[in-house]
Amino acid sequence: MTPADFVVHEARLLDERRHDEWLALFADDGRYWVPLQGAAQAEGAPHNALADEDLLLLKLRVERLKSPRAHSQHPPSRCQHVLQASTITLDDGTRCELRTPFVYVESRGERQLLLAGSCLHRLVKAGSAWRIRLKRVDLLEADAAWPAIQLFP
Amino acid sequence: MTSAPRSTERLCRADIARLVQPDRVHRDLYLSEDLFRLEQRHFFANTWNYVGHASQVPNPGDYLTVTIAGRPLVLVRQADGSLRVLNNRCAHKGTQLVSDGSGNAGRIFRCPYHAWTYRLDGSPLGVPLREAYERTALKDSESGQGMGALRQVAVYRDFVFAKLNDGGPDFHAYFGDVLAALDNLVDRSPLGRLRIEGGVLRTTIHCNWKIYLENINDTVHPISTHESATHAARSLWQDQGADVPKPMAMEQILPFAAGHDFFDRMGGRVYPHGHSMLGTHFSIHSGYAQLPEYEAALRAAHGAARAEEILQRAPQNSVCYPSLSVKGSPQAIRVIRPLAADRTVVEAWSLRAEGAPDLLFERSMTYNRLIFSPMSVVAHDDLALFESIQQGLRGGTNEWVSLHRDYDASELDGGVRDVNGTNELLMRNQFRAWAAFMISDLPA
Repeated sequence: MTPADFVVHEARLLDERRHDEWLALFADDGRYWVPLQGAAQAEGAPHNALADEDLLLLKLRVERLKSPRAHSQHPPSRCQHVLQASTITLDDGTRCELRTPFVYVESRGERQLLLAGSCLHRLVKAGSAWRIRLKRVDLLEADAAWPAIQLFP
Repeated sequence: MTSAPRSTERLCRADIARLVQPDRVHRDLYLSEDLFRLEQRHFFANTWNYVGHASQVPNPGDYLTVTIAGRPLVLVRQADGSLRVLNNRCAHKGTQLVSDGSGNAGRIFRCPYHAWTYRLDGSPLGVPLREAYERTALKDSESGQGMGALRQVAVYRDFVFAKLNDGGPDFHAYFGDVLAALDNLVDRSPLGRLRIEGGVLRTTIHCNWKIYLENINDTVHPISTHESATHAARSLWQDQGADVPKPMAMEQILPFAAGHDFFDRMGGRVYPHGHSMLGTHFSIHSGYAQLPEYEAALRAAHGAARAEEILQRAPQNSVCYPSLSVKGSPQAIRVIRPLAADRTVVEAWSLRAEGAPDLLFERSMTYNRLIFSPMSVVAHDDLALFESIQQGLRGGTNEWVSLHRDYDASELDGGVRDVNGTNELLMRNQFRAWAAFMISDLPA
């Protein structure tokens, strides 16, 4: 799978609520990060994020979604990523970085939430497959007042 | 049938008395747009509301904008270092003088529309075509008086509050001893200074602001509302060996699974005017890892007795009614901004305690992110249920919201009162203050 195909595959797993398979795409030291200043936020800056999760917290998120007592999932949320073609900024065969602009729709009942931005994937080769070391989601207006964002932009 | 007065009508004392009874409140307090408009005019304009923190406007000309009681305001640092709260409105046609959320105005405010100018204290400076106004009534009219500065502004240990109307209790009479919650927060800095840092997490909730504010004092909901999040956390963490250090995230999420007994024993206190302190004995924040060097620095700064007092007390939430909720540990505040009867924005700000280790600031940001972010798995269930209440309340012939738990008629005497942590007095006390301020500027 090429890195660009990997990014499309990753989004499809989320859109199809195949969260366990999605988790398996992360490296052991993988991180999912939605910085509060979006693309303007430097890595390592002492600034907050909408989400900044290691594998343990991502597992917690996915486990919770399976619970019948996840009250906010009645009715359940659904999402759709619409991806633009990725731009590869680094690829040395074992590491790859690519940026993918996107539009993201999350719906629940009659409400729809529209987010836009671009995400950075920092991938590492594990055997023959790519794994996510970092998925950084840079939203437009990340620090605006948002309603609940329950799935994964 | 009881129902809210129309906003076009004069509000009567009897209207409010009908809606707020000693042990229950009418659903119109949450549902009625008419009542919300009356609330802006009578309640929010007569209470002291949080504006912002002095650290956000450190230099002359620095400003931030905020809307209180539906009125756009600007907090601005003066050349002499003092702070003013002005109406963010050009006296000419009403253009907002600044439209960014924060920035530096320089030495004057200049309207982008017709270039009317104002000093940083809001007083009028100049208008174009001045001679055309010479024989007019402008100078003596409202429009000739500048932006208008609020007269009721108080800065308490860098927390800035304002009251739109002039009558009613002054700042200290209004907040009284609940200000100890701000002292507890500020004194966690060995230097006695806090700074807002790390950005703000903002959430829009389709519910009435009172639901959110009540829930800050609701100790009976976590075990059922947050079951999905805490159960997932427990099941992931139970596989870890006993020697594995608990990550900060687990340290902060797992205590949400505490039972009713824990929350009941933590204790609560109410103050006049709606304020409260929950967790007067201990709280879900009491178990965070200790930091010996920091504690030594606090003892050196404040003396052993005061340092112990600060460190031993980590109240769950202290409410400076009706706009601010404070956590001493982790150092975090929530600001409640009502937008409509069914729409509220909640802001979660992190505070850095100057002279304290970075870890404390990390705790503050991590807590806000895990618990108050729009992406928080803990908040998701809260928000869904608040929005469910906003819809469900319309149902049926039962027009009332029950606040009966542990009701005791002697509490109607008011004053400061200590109770068990699951007592709904902490909510009843908010509504009694609401009713009192709603009618405070009406003729007897």
